[in-house]
Amino acid sequence: MTTLMADWASQGGAVEQGTVAALRERYGLDQPIYIQYYKWIAGIVTAGDFGLSFEYGRPVAELIWGRLGYSFLLAVLTLCFAWAVAIPIGILSAVRQYSIGDYVTTFLAFVFLALPNFVLALAVMYVVSTYFGKSVGGLFSPEYADAPWSFGRLWDLITHIWLPVVVIGTGSLAALLRIMRANLLDELRKPYVTTARAKGLSELKLLIRYPVRIALNPLISAIGWILPAAVSAEILVSVVMSLPTTGPLLLRALLSQDMYLAGSLILLVSVLTIIGTLISDILLALADPRIRLQ
Amino acid sequence: MSASAETILKVENLKTYFPTRKGMFRAVDDVSFEVKRGKTLCIVGESGSGKSVTARSVLQIVDAPGRIEGGSIQLTRPDGSITDLAQLNPRGQEIRAVRGNEIAMIFQEPMSSLSPVHRVGDQIAEVLKLHFKLSRKERRQRVIELLQQVEIPDPEKAIDRYTFEFSGGMRQRVMIAMALACNPALLIADEPTTALDVTTQAEILDLIRKLQQQNGMAVMFITHDMGVVAEIADEVLVMFRGKVKETGSVEKIFHDPEDEYTKNLISSVVKLEKKAEVRAEQLDASTEYKPLLEVSDLSMVFDNGHHAVNNVSLTVHSGETLGIVGESGSGKTTIGRCLLRIYDPSSGRIDFKRSDGSVCEVAGANKADLKAVRREIRMIFQDPVGSLNPRKTVGQIIAEPLNLMGVKGRELEEQVCALMEQVGLPPSWRERYPHAFSGGQRQRIGIARAISVKPRLIIADEATSALDVSLRSQMLDLMMQLQDELGLSYLFISHDMSVIRYMCDRVAVMHRGKIVETGETHQVINNPQHAYTQALLSAIPNPDPLDRRLHNRFRFAPEVTA
Amino acid sequence: MTTHSNIDTAVETVTRGEDLTTAGQWQLFWLRFKKHRLAVISLVVIISLYVVAALAEFIAPFDPNSTNARFTYASPQGFHLFHDGSFAPNVSRLSMTLNKESLRREFTADPDNPVFLGFFVPAKPYMLLGVIPMETKLFGIKDPKIGDSLYLFGADRLGRDILSRVLYGAQISLSIGLVGVVVSLVLGVAIGGISGFFGGWVDVLIQRFIELLRSIPTIPLWMGLATAIPVSWPPLQTYFCITLIVSLLGWTSLAREVRGKFLSLRNEDYVIAARLDGMSEIGIIFHHLVPSFISHIIATLTLAIPTMILSETALSFLGIGLQPPIISWGTLLQEAQNIRAVAQAPWLLFTPAAAIVIAVLSLNFLGDGLRDAADPYGATT
Repeated sequence: MTTLMADWASQGGAVEQGTVAALRERYGLDQPIYIQYYKWIAGIVTAGDFGLSFEYGRPVAELIWGRLGYSFLLAVLTLCFAWAVAIPIGILSAVRQYSIGDYVTTFLAFVFLALPNFVLALAVMYVVSTYFGKSVGGLFSPEYADAPWSFGRLWDLITHIWLPVVVIGTGSLAALLRIMRANLLDELRKPYVTTARAKGLSELKLLIRYPVRIALNPLISAIGWILPAAVSAEILVSVVMSLPTTGPLLLRALLSQDMYLAGSLILLVSVLTIIGTLISDILLALADPRIRLQ
Repeated sequence: MSASAETILKVENLKTYFPTRKGMFRAVDDVSFEVKRGKTLCIVGESGSGKSVTARSVLQIVDAPGRIEGGSIQLTRPDGSITDLAQLNPRGQEIRAVRGNEIAMIFQEPMSSLSPVHRVGDQIAEVLKLHFKLSRKERRQRVIELLQQVEIPDPEKAIDRYTFEFSGGMRQRVMIAMALACNPALLIADEPTTALDVTTQAEILDLIRKLQQQNGMAVMFITHDMGVVAEIADEVLVMFRGKVKETGSVEKIFHDPEDEYTKNLISSVVKLEKKAEVRAEQLDASTEYKPLLEVSDLSMVFDNGHHAVNNVSLTVHSGETLGIVGESGSGKTTIGRCLLRIYDPSSGRIDFKRSDGSVCEVAGANKADLKAVRREIRMIFQDPVGSLNPRKTVGQIIAEPLNLMGVKGRELEEQVCALMEQVGLPPSWRERYPHAFSGGQRQRIGIARAISVKPRLIIADEATSALDVSLRSQMLDLMMQLQDELGLSYLFISHDMSVIRYMCDRVAVMHRGKIVETGETHQVINNPQHAYTQALLSAIPNPDPLDRRLHNRFRFAPEVTA
Repeated sequence: MTTHSNIDTAVETVTRGEDLTTAGQWQLFWLRFKKHRLAVISLVVIISLYVVAALAEFIAPFDPNSTNARFTYASPQGFHLFHDGSFAPNVSRLSMTLNKESLRREFTADPDNPVFLGFFVPAKPYMLLGVIPMETKLFGIKDPKIGDSLYLFGADRLGRDILSRVLYGAQISLSIGLVGVVVSLVLGVAIGGISGFFGGWVDVLIQRFIELLRSIPTIPLWMGLATAIPVSWPPLQTYFCITLIVSLLGWTSLAREVRGKFLSLRNEDYVIAARLDGMSEIGIIFHHLVPSFISHIIATLTLAIPTMILSETALSFLGIGLQPPIISWGTLLQEAQNIRAVAQAPWLLFTPAAAIVIAVLSLNFLGDGLRDAADPYGATT
């Protein structure tokens, strides 16, 4: 990230000269980069000061919190969507291994893994606008975009947000589906399944209570890499669907060399994702006594 | 065979097949037997004989794609009604009411056969919930009772533990508690003691017998161990490749077998019950003691603080076979590995007398000395699969140590052929890969690799325990033959007392990292001095149904808590 | 996924009367791989894709940068093998009208007035694979006249042939995967090997670092790094930089694979046996360890290529990866960034997207097949 800073600093010409002069004083832009970097980080840690956006001329903190919120709302909803769909389909696919349904879902999962999210977003937008004559994009209708929170605005959000969630989630969904299927197939062959069957449990109860329960654990730890992937996909899709999240802001900041804004966004998105990963580790420990007690 | 009132289960012409790509695999082919109230039927056979599938067929829990193709499985209830289990829908309500309730089952691997993420109490209580209407509190009370019955210490606490918090023996007790929860009329035990140490096995067998007497339960016991059969069976069914070879009372099977296969099986077991004939005469000849390897005060502490070997001293004499016997975790394997510096011992001396007469201290040896000593001390591994690189031909595997010594070309080829002949493998097979060989043949390859560089001492770590009993004595005979031909000494590590007795001149008994007793094999076996040795020896099942000794065995106090 | 993993079943499932007693690992590997029909098909598809990309100059009917204002956003022309009952490959002629209402150009096809196609038609001299001078193309318009056009997959804003552009784009997009994989291979094997071989605190440190890298969302990080490449750099340099950036995070899965294999193999009896035989550590690594995980590495590498392709596509699509005039599938999609453009010329989106999906899908299938066949002895850990 330091070299990145250096580059932005060296390309300061893209920013208004006057701003640069003023900032130079405040952030020591003429000092070596590691000092600039240190000052910036120190500002964040000690005062929560993320610096100033060159392009907007406003503190970075003012610009990003709202957008970060939507970003993570999208990422979390995407995870929920992917989980909610992947688990039942994964179970069906594993229990009916080698059935037509299994082949079809496996193949579709591969296709969705191969399809970039932003292409899917464009394709969906194309289909909706061509065949339904509606434009899609954004998280709100124009009348609610700047309105204060109300039930109507929430409903408006719900009617808009499902499409990006589905578009962002397909890739993660496909990945989770394959993990679930593979895990469950492994678990189904374990001896404890036979033990449970020998107790007299019905097949459905047995399935849910033992192999599925245990096959879910790796799915919890999968959050560790599904969440970063969802955040990445969210940024791309947001650019295409012009959602009020970090994606378009980050892209614009990067293209205009707005270093504090871009740096803060990358830093915060990364830190929050790592925190999400840690939470998934804690959840896994709660769900799996083997990890908790050993 | 007419069904008497005492017959609980009558199986007739059972056929369980597995459809495969190449056609039907007949895992169980026309098997008939009866199980009587309060009696024990042992189904015995080597791996792949179909004994386990037979057991699972009774409850219709054969793994897919296997299915029952024919025959009947008649269960007689206390009220006299008879149900043919083979006719029931394997997923239906009726068979589920039988499972766990009237017929319960325990399995070989108590760890993987119990769920790792559910508390043991909940797993036991589930059977009660399925078959009885009990309140939550009553169920918990009953589970604690059951845990008490199977002699798990501190049942009020044990009920809320997970399986990985128990030792192997305790896990099997949990399984048994689960099976007994509904007072079944028949208990099917599928190799329940195979994964356990011999003293733990004795306790589990004891427990099953005790509970059987208390509850009047019939037991169907699947095992490959003839000693266990002799100790517990009333009736025996011998299976081979899916078919019944012989059936009858345990006395008849052991003392008057009719079938050729049964005869071989019994004789290979009995053969290992005494000292090898080749060694019997030599007993007095090997009195001249020339120490080859002297180990003094050897200790090995692992990074995690585990004290695997604790101040062990032992001597291997030139030309003799020293056995080290002990249960899992006794540190016997660690000793073997320390001697070759696979592990670096924490302290102690290992003095090895080289062929040139000089003495090398192995524990502190430098690289060059170590390399030289490792040519004179060689190792045979337990696992015939893992010890051969599957990516090399057998010729390459045997040639490797020679190659590293600088033998090349034609001479190398000739030596490899000679070695293969020596261990009883056709030299023309040297281009084959290990996967083309059976377990016994692979172990011969391992022996050829060990003797290729003309060693003087061979450390054999459980070299025969992965083999079926009929192959075991062949392998031991080969090793003794090579000993005479090449003037080898062996350090023979094993958990199996019969193998030690067959092969070893002297034996050291290990327990928790220490050697508790050393002596001439026949002395240690016939007149053990240490309490642990006594317990260990008396826990070994005797393959003679007329001389059962297990329930009169000597118990070594510290073992009870294990 | 094979739980019935023991040697006998592994060997049994591949034996069909063949003598496998002397079958080595690659022979068994191939026998097992052959059973994955989808993977075999994918292998054929991928080989064809790379061949087509290498021969793009010969196969593409046009120069990807030649513009034609007459045919802005021309729609794909219908292709027919026969005309009037005889074999004469042709495309329908396009006639353009201006839609007064939407102010869009609309093309209508006239199948009765075809443009005939020929094979090995003469073209401007070019160098095939950079060395072979050629003056013919695989196919093109037979005796071209003014007003003839050949847009099998439509044209873009400047009337450039999408098919030709996708074929040329394959050169960059498919090779970025390969170059990136080589970088990942070096990093992954080196770091994973160090981690697995030394163990202890080195291993702990490297593993924590890998975990950290993996939990950072890649796209924003790449975006940051990619914008740090000066715009003034020549295309080739940018290309290598992007490759480097993309593979910077791609090595982690490989490093994990290598480390895992090192750790599990280090304590295999046959490795200990080799050590006791007096083999040096280097000898053990090259005689025993590497041969037993090379097939796993090939499988992991195959699965890493599609990730690289998708990353390049995403970055170039955003306009911060490769830049025009470099033609890659990502820069082609850049043209489709605007939904209005897509609405007018959906082939701008769907043609490159189809190419990406086919390439990535086949590579994934192939990688899966290779992974399943990777251990012909079935001792999967």
